[in-house]
Amino acid sequence: MSDAQRVTIMDQAAVDRALDRMAREIVERNGGTEGLALLGIQRRGKELAERIQAEIQEAEGASVPTGSLDITLYRDDLATVGPRPIVGESRLPLSGIDDHAVVIVDDVLYTGRTTRAAMDEILDWGRPSRIHLCVLVDRGGREVPIQPDVVGRKVEVLGNQRVDVLVPELDGRLAVELVTPAQEVS
Amino acid sequence: MSPTAPSLGKDLVGLEDLSPEQIRTILDTAEPFKEISERRIKKVPVLRGKTIVNLFMEPSTRTRISFEFAEKRLSADTVNIATSGSSVQKGETLVDTARNLEAMKIDMVVIRHWASGAAAFLAQRIPSNVINAGDGSHEHPTQALLDFLTIRDHLGRIEGLNVCVVGDILHSRVARSNIFGLLKLGAQVGVCGPRTLLPSEIESLGVKVFQRVEEAIAWADVLNVLRLQLERMKGGYVPSLREYNRVYGISTRRLQEASGDRLILHPGPMNRGVEIDSDVADGPHSVILKQVTNGVAVRMAVLYLLAGGAPERAEAAKQGEVA
Repeated sequence: MSDAQRVTIMDQAAVDRALDRMAREIVERNGGTEGLALLGIQRRGKELAERIQAEIQEAEGASVPTGSLDITLYRDDLATVGPRPIVGESRLPLSGIDDHAVVIVDDVLYTGRTTRAAMDEILDWGRPSRIHLCVLVDRGGREVPIQPDVVGRKVEVLGNQRVDVLVPELDGRLAVELVTPAQEVS
Repeated sequence: MSPTAPSLGKDLVGLEDLSPEQIRTILDTAEPFKEISERRIKKVPVLRGKTIVNLFMEPSTRTRISFEFAEKRLSADTVNIATSGSSVQKGETLVDTARNLEAMKIDMVVIRHWASGAAAFLAQRIPSNVINAGDGSHEHPTQALLDFLTIRDHLGRIEGLNVCVVGDILHSRVARSNIFGLLKLGAQVGVCGPRTLLPSEIESLGVKVFQRVEEAIAWADVLNVLRLQLERMKGGYVPSLREYNRVYGISTRRLQEASGDRLILHPGPMNRGVEIDSDVADGPHSVILKQVTNGVAVRMAVLYLLAGGAPERAEAAKQGEVA
């Protein structure tokens, strides 16, 4: 794996610009910040949601309630016998989510199964007035009929390639990289 | 892809068999499960379609209900079997009972049994996951785990703490699981009780023995007060309940005589006025009800982790081998 080829497709400035635009699009879609709540999917979606929250704060002067969501217990592949994924923290925004327009924030949209799980979990928490999906990268390859509302960048990716979103809190920098496994390079 | 937790194997029989890392994994996994019980819909679909049998061959309220809540909040289907009114009364052996259950396609068995070793015995003979909910005077691992979670919640750590278990150490599976687990997590463990209720050579486990409860209180950061099992009275282990309370009872006066604060745990059911006074049980340092709340989260964590299974051991049990 160490020989995998990594290509930066968005550097820090590009990610910052995308998040800035996404924040404005979210507010525009909602007709303001009233009744808005952000939910970042663990991990990395959480950090992106916090950045979007900060962008909205700067532009609108409003603090949008923000929480995090760990979808492990709602995964559709847990029935297969194997080691258990580590369960992360889910933290509801303090305002709750009832009658809020909830924005799911994730790093990469691929099969759509994570989003399906997130929506099931949100509906167990309460009844939002609506749910938006906001992703930094849409790499295609959907296996269920789910589409994003707000997208940072759409990229064409081969099935064996991977898109990594890096955030300073976990990875030391903000970027998006395309990873190609070693055997495909040679 | 996503990081995975270290495996616990097929069964949870006791803490003696677990590594410190495995114990910490259970405690860490219990953290996110606490939040589920605060939700409006207290249910996640993680054990959907799994069938769990709660096989209780000995009376239990708290543990059985706690397991049942944990199972239901993970969406498992559950069946409760108690000794009375079951074929056990007609003389069926444990293995036959379990094999009949297996024939109805179950996934897990939670067992409470009066005989020490019953859980391990069953675990070696059926492919389902087996969880020990207390076997004789052997172990009660989930009780000890919820004790640890509660201590960690309130004091931020286990390592380096002085934890003293007070009461009937001889017959207590809670004491044994506490001792094994706490030592693995790096705590110093003390025991205190009448000489008749302390196993001989208990020091060899690496615990400190206190003859006087005042010394134990002065030493401890945490007191885990055990129920004086009234059935022991008949065995002549203690002269009288009043005498026991006078010499070993945890009272406000005794706590005030020692400097500093200490956390008070009790696995329940309590005999108020015997091993613990009411004002201590209901006092500011008591975390007895927090233990009950944490019990559900810890059991959810154990069920979740075991459901990942150890397929090779399940296969071995199916072949009748002892893994």
